[in-house]
Amino acid sequence: MWKRFRSNIGAMIGVALLATVIVIALIAPLLYPGGPWQMVQRPFLAPFSVDGLPLGTDTLGRNVAAQLAYGARVSLLVGLVSTLVALLIGVPLGALAGFYGGYVDEGAMRFTEFFQTIPNFALAIVLVAIFEPTLASITLAIAIVSWPPVARLVRAEVMSVRTREFVDAARLAGLSKPRILIQQVLPNTVSPIIVMASLMVATAILLESSLSFLGLGDPNAMSWGYMIGAARTVIRTSWWLSFFPGIAIVITVLALNLIGEGLNDAFNPHLSRKGKA
Amino acid sequence: MSTTLTVEHLTIGLPEGADRPFAVEDVSLAIEKGEILCVVGESGSGKSMTANALMGLLPPGVTVKAGRAMFEGRDVLRLPEAEKQALRGASTAMIFQEPMTALNPLMRIGEQISEVFAAHDRFTQAERRARSLDLIREVGLPDPEKIIRAYPFQLSGGQRQRAMIAMALALEPKLLIADEPTTALDVTTQAQILKLILDLREKHGMAVMFITHDFGVVAEIADQVIVMREGKVVERGKAVDVLENPQHDYTRRLLDAIPTGKLPKARVLSEVPALEIKNLRKVFRTGGGLFKPVREVRAVDDVSLTVASGEVLGLVGESGSGKSTLGRTAVRLVTPDGGQVLVGGTDLAALSEEELRRQRNKVQMVFQDPYASLNPRQRIMRALTDGPITRGVPKAQAQAKARELLEIVGLGADAAQRYPHEFSGGQRQRIGIARALAMEPDLIIADEAVSALDVSIQAQVLDLLRELREKLSLSILFITHDLRVAAQLCDRIAVMQKGKLVEIGTVHEIFLAPKQEYTRQLLAAVPGADWDQVQVEPA
Amino acid sequence: MSIIVAILSRAGKAILTLLAIAILNFFLLHAAPGDPAVVLAGEAGAADEQMIEQLRERFGLDQPLYVQLGKYVGGIVQLDLGYSFRQGAPVAQLIAERLPATLLLTLTAFFISLILGIALGASASARVGKPSDTVLTTLALLFYATPLYWLALMAVLVFSVWLGWLPGFGYETVGAGYTGFARMLDIGQHLVLPALTLGLFFMAVYMRMTRASMLEVAQLDFVKTAKAKGLSPREIRRRHILRNAILPVVTLAGLQAGQLVGGAVLTETVFAWPGIGRLMFESLAARDYNTILGVFLVSAAMVILFNIATDIVYRIVDPRIGARA
Repeated sequence: MWKRFRSNIGAMIGVALLATVIVIALIAPLLYPGGPWQMVQRPFLAPFSVDGLPLGTDTLGRNVAAQLAYGARVSLLVGLVSTLVALLIGVPLGALAGFYGGYVDEGAMRFTEFFQTIPNFALAIVLVAIFEPTLASITLAIAIVSWPPVARLVRAEVMSVRTREFVDAARLAGLSKPRILIQQVLPNTVSPIIVMASLMVATAILLESSLSFLGLGDPNAMSWGYMIGAARTVIRTSWWLSFFPGIAIVITVLALNLIGEGLNDAFNPHLSRKGKA
Repeated sequence: MSTTLTVEHLTIGLPEGADRPFAVEDVSLAIEKGEILCVVGESGSGKSMTANALMGLLPPGVTVKAGRAMFEGRDVLRLPEAEKQALRGASTAMIFQEPMTALNPLMRIGEQISEVFAAHDRFTQAERRARSLDLIREVGLPDPEKIIRAYPFQLSGGQRQRAMIAMALALEPKLLIADEPTTALDVTTQAQILKLILDLREKHGMAVMFITHDFGVVAEIADQVIVMREGKVVERGKAVDVLENPQHDYTRRLLDAIPTGKLPKARVLSEVPALEIKNLRKVFRTGGGLFKPVREVRAVDDVSLTVASGEVLGLVGESGSGKSTLGRTAVRLVTPDGGQVLVGGTDLAALSEEELRRQRNKVQMVFQDPYASLNPRQRIMRALTDGPITRGVPKAQAQAKARELLEIVGLGADAAQRYPHEFSGGQRQRIGIARALAMEPDLIIADEAVSALDVSIQAQVLDLLRELREKLSLSILFITHDLRVAAQLCDRIAVMQKGKLVEIGTVHEIFLAPKQEYTRQLLAAVPGADWDQVQVEPA
Repeated sequence: MSIIVAILSRAGKAILTLLAIAILNFFLLHAAPGDPAVVLAGEAGAADEQMIEQLRERFGLDQPLYVQLGKYVGGIVQLDLGYSFRQGAPVAQLIAERLPATLLLTLTAFFISLILGIALGASASARVGKPSDTVLTTLALLFYATPLYWLALMAVLVFSVWLGWLPGFGYETVGAGYTGFARMLDIGQHLVLPALTLGLFFMAVYMRMTRASMLEVAQLDFVKTAKAKGLSPREIRRRHILRNAILPVVTLAGLQAGQLVGGAVLTETVFAWPGIGRLMFESLAARDYNTILGVFLVSAAMVILFNIATDIVYRIVDPRIGARA
């Protein structure tokens, strides 16, 4: 499994890119002790025009490179935490629905379908707008709009594993239902959940940046989406202010997608992207 | 007679990293016009690869390394792809094992048949339709006008296989390749399809290459036989010769594994019942939505039977007969709608969920699918000790017992520390048996426990069961669709059809003097069966 | 017959879903921090004490919660989405004015992305492992990772600001006074960039899905049957593989409709496209909750319509569904 993942060039590129972003996020306070809000030079400095400011300055003379480094912290944090919260909602709900079936399933799936019908970005906007934009409300809003696919996936996986004969064998061994679900069934659904989670972190980062772009970011946290949104009106004169944060988002999201695909191929060798062996 | 196909020294290479370099090695064969050649072998023998190579349907990475196959004066292995394509469906045709998946689910049967004409630019639209109707009629499908408009999901397995045959026959091929075409079908359906193929061979005079793992089928239809093993031909000859006087050891083993015409001698049975099933009923209901009518299937319909202590009772029937549901109800994986399941005086059917969990060990099950019956993420030790430990057996004792059982089923105690994927199908079934024994049950239910295995492996597992029967005086309810397997192991046999018990009796009664018409039909449908000449094994 | 029944039952479900969203909206309004009357008035109207009193009376904010809920949901059933104090007009009217632009944008983007996505995915799957496949899949991966709004901005920068090929803002040329065909052409020109940038992400999604689905279906038994019949690889792909592979893509397209409608908020914001997404964006800064929630409800209704449409397509393509009932 691990060997297949490591031999996947795309996945390895993804790991390298993501590792770089993580390192930058971690050492941002060391690189730029003044923080992302500090004015360091004249505004609207183009990239490479002044030493020490390779990416130029923004509308208020703040260091774009410092903003990017701190933005990575927000993106990764929100992406990771909101995915975890979405898993905490989706996995138990899907597992119970798939394992117990009947009315439990019916109820859980109606609930999930309802949330899946609601346009998720619009709901996120509504939630953040109403509960005031903070990192916590943004994270929670993203989690609330992201869990339905998890619940559906886990339900489908549990339903398929549940019919396998080793589950019958566990029943005949006298194991209780909760124990069968937790010890026998769930461990066999882990790989697709991991794949989905890695892709969800990517989607969550995109969602967070989109909210910030619309002005719904936490006003106390520098984020990539906010940078693009703030630079939107000056795009004719200062393209780099929107360009670099966008690249940062693309790289991070791409890295996560590559890793997710690599994991998927590694878990399901027979369905690998090459198609046929 | 003229020769339709001559294959000389065919060698097919597998991609790098496969478990052996060649799928097929130095295989030669010839089929005369109007002759049926059976290619017999177990999984991995290379029999299907041979067929695919002739059709130009080898999977990517698998290539013909050497040899030639002369058909209509040309070497079909070396033809350019366009010419291979022109041959397929016109001069050579193929039918496959799985009728359920071999047809396009989104296309009407009529379209799928006339597509053969379209692919080879034959006839006008109207003619194609007329010919499709003729073909449907010829393969014995009812109501051609309706079938032509039907989608595959509306047809039964046997009907789909007939539709496949209609497609294969569309352009009167000179060579028909049939790759295990009856393996997925019930015995009675299998008998009908075999007869159809024989009739069509008679009528059209085509050469047939028939691939199978079943010597019973060989006995029914073969003129010539080739036995393959690990890519090589180990025996060849006229069907009668190979069947009656096999030269190669491997052929003999395969033939021994399906001993039609031999019955074990009767054993004396105990009077004490291990399992008593009384008036058991189970009805499945499907549908029942706002707009859907409720459909009821009486899977088990008022069945009563008894398994004596130390007895092996065979439960046979075709798919849908309710035999598996009966088994699952008897272990209470399915809760019955009525009736009793008495084991050692306890009615399992009446127990509460909580009480049931404590009494679970009394009846255990060995499952059909060796690849699904073990949790891939748990070591064998876990599979064998989870149950006993839950019952309160001390861990050390349960583990010692597990190791002992693994020895008994012939795997060795080391097996405990390994994961399921390290074992072959046959070995996994042994683990499944050990797992059932670990619970110290009064009765074991084996649900098609050897059906997924190759014949020779099947024989080994049956040997093990026989051995355990003697050693531990096991009581077994042995569920199978295969009468030949039942004959080898069982003391008595119960026949089920559509949820009802048709007949029950000793092996000798059932095979030699069946009382019911349905039992006689089943026996007659068994391929290669010749029960009139049955001999009872000498004491 | 079965299709009609299916549509009726879907329509019933859709109405229930919308009612549930209306109820959700109501509680969201009440969950917002601060006095509900002030919340309803929005920041713009907050100064006027008298108006807030009127509001309190009109919505019965002094009455029990369930009465308020009844009034609110009752209003929505009669298409009364409340009043936007910021814009000085009923929300329903505001949305009705802006809806055509959004429908034009989302439908165009939807069909472009679906048709191109399926076509490109199918052609990539036919060339698995070859350079053209690698190029297509890499591009798809890239578009899949690109934020919609950023792609839109970059497109404006390149095609509108630098190259001057296409208009980058608005719905039509203001003050040009075009009519008839000339106006259609003008709107069409304005539509190109928004529709393409909105569609590209989804095109990438459908392309990846089509490709994967085609490769999976290509392994199925009936494809081998088709080969054995002597069909050409092209015909096998068209008649057998594509037809089966497209089903999961249609399902996905239905599920993705929500994201498409959500993405329109971003696209409309960047291109100053006068649709309901832009309306929502404008209302955010003003905290005009009535309008925000109204747009939210209407976009959910749009998603439901998309879903019903894809469901009907699915039923037409797959004969097994209707018959299973």
